[in-house]
Amino acid sequence: MSKFQKKKKGMPAVNTASLPDIVFMLLFFFMVTTVMRETDLKIQKPKLPKADQVKKLEKKSLVSYIYVGKSKDGSAGDKIQLNDRISDVKDVRSFIYSERAKHSEAEIPLLTTSIKADMKANVGTITDIKQELRDINALKVNYSTLKGSALDNVK
Amino acid sequence: MARRETPEINAGSMADIAFLLLIFFLVTTTMDIDTGISRKLPEKQDPNVVPPILKEKNVFEVNVNRNDDILVEGDTYMQVKDLREAAMKFIDNGGGTNADLQKDKLTACTWCEGDKNPASSDHPKKAIISLQSDRGTSYAMYISVQNELVGAYTDLRNRYANKKFGKDFKKLKVAEQKEIQTNIYPQIISEAEPTK
Repeated sequence: MSKFQKKKKGMPAVNTASLPDIVFMLLFFFMVTTVMRETDLKIQKPKLPKADQVKKLEKKSLVSYIYVGKSKDGSAGDKIQLNDRISDVKDVRSFIYSERAKHSEAEIPLLTTSIKADMKANVGTITDIKQELRDINALKVNYSTLKGSALDNVK
Repeated sequence: MARRETPEINAGSMADIAFLLLIFFLVTTTMDIDTGISRKLPEKQDPNVVPPILKEKNVFEVNVNRNDDILVEGDTYMQVKDLREAAMKFIDNGGGTNADLQKDKLTACTWCEGDKNPASSDHPKKAIISLQSDRGTSYAMYISVQNELVGAYTDLRNRYANKKFGKDFKKLKVAEQKEIQTNIYPQIISEAEPTK
């Protein structure tokens, strides 16, 4: 009976040879979905309000962002951030012009301005921005919101 | 001479390297928010143009003051949660008869399910929601009110789409959506300059 060796006892180790493959798959997923943040926030991160009548912004390249919120040192008043610095309402105009310069003539009517404003910001600030946008005919705006019930905003 | 075999590269640490990269990307990923309420600003008006005269009953006035209180039609205080229903009731009233609407080349609203109250709006195409806020109103309140007003239109459009086509407004063909947007329930929300 020497032909039949005694069976080894104990569980065989789980084969981990495919572990790198699995990890790589995850890695590629995250590499592809990652969007590197283009601008650093100079103001406090705006706490966006919630709403349920939301639309998704279609083409990211056609969107320019305006941030509104409190400054980092906590001083009073709303601050507006365009690109990488805190600016004045009057600078919105030149900001939009510079955004337009990056696009072709045909795309200009499709450009959208996304306003990311803090829940506690004043409507006055937003109105000033809107007035500037109207003056230079940048009419498509999007008020950035989280998905949720609008009734949660006011308690 | 003995044949020398090239030693195989040890791939055991490959997983570690991949893990390191994976963790890096996990940490740096920010899921950016790209949803929001889309609105179109009105074009700049020629200061000489005389604004059209509107009948009072066709305007649904919403005022928000600096304490975030909502005043509707100049006499009713309202909570945000009741605003949508009130706006729907106003838009969907359809109080005008054929004779009333003749000069605007419209016929009476046959799809409206409102009370047909002669003191409220004539037709969804004539019903205007006017929103006025104060400079001191909080942005959260402003968005909530806008959301409810847009929501009123969405609900009405959905109701109509479900009745006529048996599916939600979003699932209709582009031409059908256009038809509803322009002729059935056009979204007319006007924003007045905020009070100082």
